[in-house]
Amino acid sequence: MPLFHIMKQDMVLAWRQGNVTLVLAFLMIAVTLVPFGIGPELDLLRRLAPGLMWVILVLAVLLSLDRLFQSDVEDGHFDQLLLGTISLEGLAMAKILAHFCAIILPLALALPIAGALLNIAPKALPILVMAVLAAGPALCALGAVGAALSVSVQRAGLLTALVVMPLFVPVLIFGASVTHQALADMTMNWLALLVLSLISVAAFLLSPLAIAAALRVLLR
Amino acid sequence: MQRQKLDWLHYFANPHRFLRFARAVLLPAWVVAVAILIWGGWAVYHAPPDYQQGETVRIMFIHVPAAWLALFTYSFIAGASILALIFRHPLGHVAARAAAPIGAVFTLAALITGSLWGQPMWGTWWVWDARLTSVLVLFFIYLGYMAIWRAIAAPEIASRAAAILAIVGVINIPIIKFSVDWWNTLHQPASISRFARPAIHPDILQPLLIMAAGFTALFFALLLTRIESEILRQRLRARLKRDAGER
Repeated sequence: MPLFHIMKQDMVLAWRQGNVTLVLAFLMIAVTLVPFGIGPELDLLRRLAPGLMWVILVLAVLLSLDRLFQSDVEDGHFDQLLLGTISLEGLAMAKILAHFCAIILPLALALPIAGALLNIAPKALPILVMAVLAAGPALCALGAVGAALSVSVQRAGLLTALVVMPLFVPVLIFGASVTHQALADMTMNWLALLVLSLISVAAFLLSPLAIAAALRVLLR
Repeated sequence: MQRQKLDWLHYFANPHRFLRFARAVLLPAWVVAVAILIWGGWAVYHAPPDYQQGETVRIMFIHVPAAWLALFTYSFIAGASILALIFRHPLGHVAARAAAPIGAVFTLAALITGSLWGQPMWGTWWVWDARLTSVLVLFFIYLGYMAIWRAIAAPEIASRAAAILAIVGVINIPIIKFSVDWWNTLHQPASISRFARPAIHPDILQPLLIMAAGFTALFFALLLTRIESEILRQRLRARLKRDAGER
């Protein structure tokens, strides 16, 4: 299973380079900045918390995207992978999954702490975590399309953000309606969660085609 | 039939042939566009004020065609990109690139005129209405598309990356539209955004259609001009390269 191996390798790298810790630190820093920005009233914080959660999530994904393919391309690892038997589409899928595990999973697990700081009711927290887990694959897959398209550009952060943001709109809309209802009456908006999961599945299955096409063109 | 269609496309695969065609058509295209727009301006001037919206209805004669053209131009870009990426038509990339800023300007015009119209009608410059939001996202898609072209220096690579993005975008636009509609109906009462609109009166419809035709003609005139200059730029670049090599 070479793809599984690539995935594992990416995750081990993410762990050893301290990326997981960095993601968690980023979440905590962002959450800490919020009361300075909008004031420490707990009621206000609770109302804004789900929206802030999505913004922080999207920013964390965006900030980590530019190295997704670039580091492998720069150190020649990518050329070696191409010499082997794996398809670029499969490679893209492995990369997306590894990114999900390295960025989204830690964020989802740390969400209860951040939620407590922002005064979210504990009963709503599992719903929020589920929404993040359902949206995660779509964010990583669509983000990877942007990362692949700007792989040959130095310091592509803003470019990737511009390319990827419009693609994130549907994910954010359905994600936000899950969290909106969770906060309003502690219930799960199953329809929105279902659509969110469908978007994730579709993005995970389709975006590797675009990623592979982009890498094929850009890395000839 | 199929073969004939492809022949017609292949005929213009040669940039020189297209250049000849463009030069012949350019002046008539501009004349037609300007003529229709003047006619449209005259028709708009003589259109009666709306009983509900008053004189501000005249903004619609620019706003609605601009919004149509914004979507039309994106479909054109996606079509040209597919033609270029899959059928390797050399003119596809050039046409898509040339169309992008035109489409972005149409989108921006639709947003600005909509905002100007919204201020007296809704009492605010901007509401997060489903349509407004979709068009704003479309504008960002245009910006991303143009940014990719700019960021990648080698044109033969930039063209393909941009084409892939255009195709991804065209799959996404209906999804964005659907989700934004869903979001908006969930969050906002429809009272602000959609006041009951009766079927459009012919006095209003006629200038609207003339303006739409004028905008479409303007699009093609601008497109031909931009494609012509892009082909000339490529030719100049090639010649400079050759000259530099000879020396």
